[in-house]
Amino acid sequence: MTGPALVSILRQGSYLVASIHTALDDSQLVRFQQDLVSQIGQHRARGVIIDVAALDVLDSFGSRTLRNIAEMARLRGARTVIVGIQPDVALAMVALGMGTGDVATALDLEEGLAYLDEVLGHTGAAEGGSPRNRR
Amino acid sequence: MDDDPTTAQDVARDFPTLDRRDEDQLLPQLVAHLREHRTKLRQEWAGRIQDAHLLHAMTPQEMAAETTSVYDNYVEVLETGSVEALQHYARDLSERIIPRGVETHEVVGIVLLLRDVLARSLFEKYQQDFGLLNRVLDAYEPAANRIANTVAVSFVDERERVIRQQQDSIRELSTPVLPVRERLLILPIIGVLDGERARQLTEQLLAGIRTHRAKVVVIDITGAPDVDEVVANHLVQTVDASRLMGASVIITGLSPEIAQTLVTIGVDLSKMNTIGDLQGGLEEAERLLGFTVTRGDRPAGE
Repeated sequence: MTGPALVSILRQGSYLVASIHTALDDSQLVRFQQDLVSQIGQHRARGVIIDVAALDVLDSFGSRTLRNIAEMARLRGARTVIVGIQPDVALAMVALGMGTGDVATALDLEEGLAYLDEVLGHTGAAEGGSPRNRR
Repeated sequence: MDDDPTTAQDVARDFPTLDRRDEDQLLPQLVAHLREHRTKLRQEWAGRIQDAHLLHAMTPQEMAAETTSVYDNYVEVLETGSVEALQHYARDLSERIIPRGVETHEVVGIVLLLRDVLARSLFEKYQQDFGLLNRVLDAYEPAANRIANTVAVSFVDERERVIRQQQDSIRELSTPVLPVRERLLILPIIGVLDGERARQLTEQLLAGIRTHRAKVVVIDITGAPDVDEVVANHLVQTVDASRLMGASVIITGLSPEIAQTLVTIGVDLSKMNTIGDLQGGLEEAERLLGFTVTRGDRPAGE
């Protein structure tokens, strides 16, 4: 997979924040998945936030890819939370029976950060925050 | 059609005195006749409306005013052949009389009465010349039917619009999304839940979750008498969709009947967090959000 990355993946402390700004086609989604999973190792990230607030549609391949990313991230030692699913998107997803499975979801970026802080038991977004109660 | 030329020939033979120009003159002639006898015909019409016991809701003065404008509109349509102005008037009239309980049969009835009154007067005027009468009626009837049609349709359209409007406002009123604490919403459901309402409810709830940044939602269905399979599945979807937006849902107030129905029809409720009553649901929601509620027994200042 070549070409410029279409999703910016930003490091924030021990978390990675990936904001999807535009609808991605299948090959772009695969590219995003590879980028993200490899960066988890590079940055030794412990949490991943995928922000889909800008998407007004999420198809079955998209939601399956998000589930896969979460599972891959877990295997590489990071927790994933999907944030910013729009009401219409949420309705369409459940109507078509394509949920996010066991992946955590939160309202927006702020909530996502709060969720990761809670499950990881520290303030990972702040530099130098030391882990407690790691699970 | 094959027999069209024959008919035209027959007509020409039976009524040799009428040529094309006369035919073109028929409607204007008719309109002139109706204008000339306006007062008499209108009064006759009003009399027949009263005889038929239509339009109880209106006072005699109102009736006189409305019958005059309906009459004038009617004649105008006959003259111009365009129903647009009449449509506009009929809609406007409907808007005024619908709130006063005028029924569809009354409106259709009075327009048909006017049609009959005018037809009678045409009979009277042209009774000497049966051929001419036939031609006049040929010109009059389609126009008159079109008018009756237009008025009836406008009235029904207007009524449907009013009904739709009322349905919309009832629907909006019937599914309030209430913030009770920071990040806690309550959605009380009162009355029958159908598919349409369930859909609307989900939309409002999801919008509410975003606006109020809710983390917990309590859906109370104490006031819902019955739930069918469609609605039950919709509730499950609502719970899933809320979860996708980061809010957890607690369902309270499931009546024994609904509980039995849900289990009997086999809706998958394993993911649903249900609690007996609204009070319990609120307590659970507060626990999830980390609120502790204590009674302030001591008077202030101590």
